[in-house]
Amino acid sequence: MPEVLKAPLAVEFPFTRSLGPVQSAFLTGLRERVVLGVKTVDSRTLVPPVEYDPVTAEELRDLVEVAPTGTVTTWAWNHHPRRGQPLGTPFAWVLVRLDGADTALLHALDAPGQDAVHTGMRVRVRWAEERTGAITDIACFEPYDGEPAQRTGHTGEFEDAVTGIVAAARLDYTYSPGRAQSAYLHALSGRRTVGERCPSCRKVYVPPRGACPTCGVATSEQVEVGPRGTVTTFCIVNIKAKNLDIEVPYVYAHIALDGADLALHARIGGMPYDQVRMGLRVEPVWTEGARFPDHYRPTGEPDAEYDTYKELL
Amino acid sequence: MTKEPVAVVGIGQTKHVAARRDVSIAGLVREAARRALDDAHLAWADIDAVVIGKAPDFFEGVMMPELYLADALGAVGKPMLRVHTAGSVGGSTALVAANLVAARVHRTVLTLAFEKQSESNAMWGLSLPIPFQQPLLAGAGGFFAPHVRAYMRRTGAPDTIGSLVAYKDRRNALKNPYAHLHEADLTLEKVQASPMLWDPIRYSETCPSSDGACAMVLTDRTGAARAPHPPAWVHGGAMRSEPTLFAGKDFVSPQAGKDCAADVYHQAGITDPRREIDAVEMYVPFSWYEPMWLENLGFADEGEGWKLTESGLTELDGGLPVNPSGGVLSTNPIGASGMIRFAEAALQVRGRAGEHQVDGARRALGHAYGGGAQFFAMWLVGAEPPAR
Repeated sequence: MPEVLKAPLAVEFPFTRSLGPVQSAFLTGLRERVVLGVKTVDSRTLVPPVEYDPVTAEELRDLVEVAPTGTVTTWAWNHHPRRGQPLGTPFAWVLVRLDGADTALLHALDAPGQDAVHTGMRVRVRWAEERTGAITDIACFEPYDGEPAQRTGHTGEFEDAVTGIVAAARLDYTYSPGRAQSAYLHALSGRRTVGERCPSCRKVYVPPRGACPTCGVATSEQVEVGPRGTVTTFCIVNIKAKNLDIEVPYVYAHIALDGADLALHARIGGMPYDQVRMGLRVEPVWTEGARFPDHYRPTGEPDAEYDTYKELL
Repeated sequence: MTKEPVAVVGIGQTKHVAARRDVSIAGLVREAARRALDDAHLAWADIDAVVIGKAPDFFEGVMMPELYLADALGAVGKPMLRVHTAGSVGGSTALVAANLVAARVHRTVLTLAFEKQSESNAMWGLSLPIPFQQPLLAGAGGFFAPHVRAYMRRTGAPDTIGSLVAYKDRRNALKNPYAHLHEADLTLEKVQASPMLWDPIRYSETCPSSDGACAMVLTDRTGAARAPHPPAWVHGGAMRSEPTLFAGKDFVSPQAGKDCAADVYHQAGITDPRREIDAVEMYVPFSWYEPMWLENLGFADEGEGWKLTESGLTELDGGLPVNPSGGVLSTNPIGASGMIRFAEAALQVRGRAGEHQVDGARRALGHAYGGGAQFFAMWLVGAEPPAR
C-alpha cells in the first residue's frame, strides 16, 4: 500500500471585533493605564467587566476603576511559551484579583522560576510601552511588595474611545487525506485517475473517500476511470478570487469521467468560454510537475446525449 | 400520551444591516431576545431554557460563542443548548426548542439564532486551503450556479425567471422595516442589467451579507393562554439530512427536502399544499431557488415551478405569496436566516407582519436548508391550535 500523505495546514485569519460599550471602555482604559471593572446588581465588581449581569441578566453599565495591583488567586507554570504568548521566556499563567475587584483576571506573570510564584503573592501590572486599546496593553504582571496602588476614580468615559479591535486567530493542524485519497493522488502522479467501487451499490467514487456515503461500507476495489469525460453542468465565473491565479471569465464545470458515477469539478479551457455546453466531451490537459490536470479541453467528439448524463449533474 | 401543543408567543429581530459596529455579538443577540420577551410580555425569569444556533464557529472565529452568551441571554442556572446544521441552523434550532416544549421537558423556551457577518468572513471560513486539493472555486455562487443551469435545462425555464424573483423579493423588503436591503429605486430592468457574476446568476439575484439576530419565545398551552397577542401554533415540524455529495444526488430537487416536506404536511394534515397553505417563507439565497423549491416542497409538479413564479402567483398579493418579508435575497445573517423564515411564517399567522402581512393568512410554511443542500428544516404554523 502506498504511503498515506500528510501536510501542515495553518488556518489563520484577522477577525474584526465590534466591542460594544463595556469592552470599549475596558480596552480604552488599558490604553490610558486605567483598569475598569463593572458593578453587578448585587454590588460585586467584575474584572474584566461584562455587559450583562451573570445572576439577573440585567444590563450592566456602571464602570468603576480598580487598582493595577492585586493578589494571585491561582497559577500554572508555562515551561515552553508558544508563538503569540505574552512572554518569550518561561512564565506563570496567573489569575489576579486586582485590589477593588471581586473576580480575577487571567494574565501572565514574569517570574524567574516556579519557586518564585505562590498563591497569595502580591503583583502589579507592567504596562506595555506602546498601548493601542487591547488586552496586550498589560504586557504582563510582575511581583510587587508595596501598598495597593491608588485609584483615580475614573468613571470610564474617554475621548477617542476604541470601538473595535482586530483579533488575529491561527490554528495549526497536520492534515492527512487518508488511505483512499492518498492512493488517488499517487495514481494522479502517473496521470491516471483511479476511483473506488462500492461493494454494495457498485457506484464508482472519484475521488474515492474510502467509504460509500450512502451504503456506509468501506470501499477498496480500485477502478481506473476516464481520462475522457462529459461536461454535465457548469457556470461561467466572472469575478476574480483573491487567492486564485486564474484569469476571468473561465468555465467551472462538473465533469463525469467515463466510468465514474458522480461528477468531479474542473476548469474548461482550449475553447471560447461562451461555447462551453452541457454534454461537451472533454479530456484532461496536464502541465509538467502538476498534481492535477490544469484544465480539460474538448475532444472533438459529438456531444453526449442528455439522457446519458442527466443523473450525473 | 400526545405531544404538548407548541405556541409561538414572542418574536424579535434586529434591524438587519451590513455592519452593526455599535454592538458586540452579545449586544446583538440581546437586542433580538429582549424584543421577543417584550412581544410575549415575559421577563428573563419566565424562561426555562435557551436554545441557540449559528453557522460554523470559523465564521466569526469565536469558539463556542454560546458559552460567552449565557449572561446576555439570561441562561445562567438554566439548560443552554447550541444547535449547528450549517445554513439551515436557524430552522433546526427552532425545532429543537419546539420539541423541548412538545415533550414537556420545559414549558417556556427562548430560541435564538444570529450571525455577525461584519466580524466574519464566510468565504474564507468555507474555503480553507486544504492540502492536496486543487483550489478552483470563486465563492458560494460558483457552487450553486451549475445547479441552477441544471434546473433550467431540466425544465426549459426561460432565463428571465430568476430576475422576477429577485425583483419581487426586493420590493417586498421595502414593506419590512427589519430587512437589510431597501432598494427603493430598483427596477426589473436594473436586475436584468446587473453584472453576471457566476453565469447564469446575476449580482442582483444574490443575497447580501448581514449582521442580525432573530429570537422566538415558544411555550405550552398554559403559556399561550397568558400571551398578550395571538400565538402561532406549530402544526408540524421536521428535519432531514443527506450526504453533501453522493452518486445519484439530485442537487436540483434533493430527496431529503422532499421527505422533510412530506413529513411536515403529514403531521399538519395537509394534502394539497398549494391550496391549503397561505404564505411561504423559504430559504432562497439565489433567486432561482424559488422555482426549484416550489417543486421540491410540493407546491408545483416537477418542471412547473417556474410557471408559478412567472404567473405572479408568488407575489405578495398572489395566490401563494412566497417570501413576503423580502426573504434571504434581502437579508442574510447566515445563521439567523433560517430562524427568520420560521419567525416570519409565524408573524403571518399571528396577523402581526405589518405592511407585508398576507391578508387572512391562517397557515404558513417556514423552510431552511444548508450545507450545500444537505440539511433541511421546516415547520408549518397556524392561527388555530392543532386539531390533534
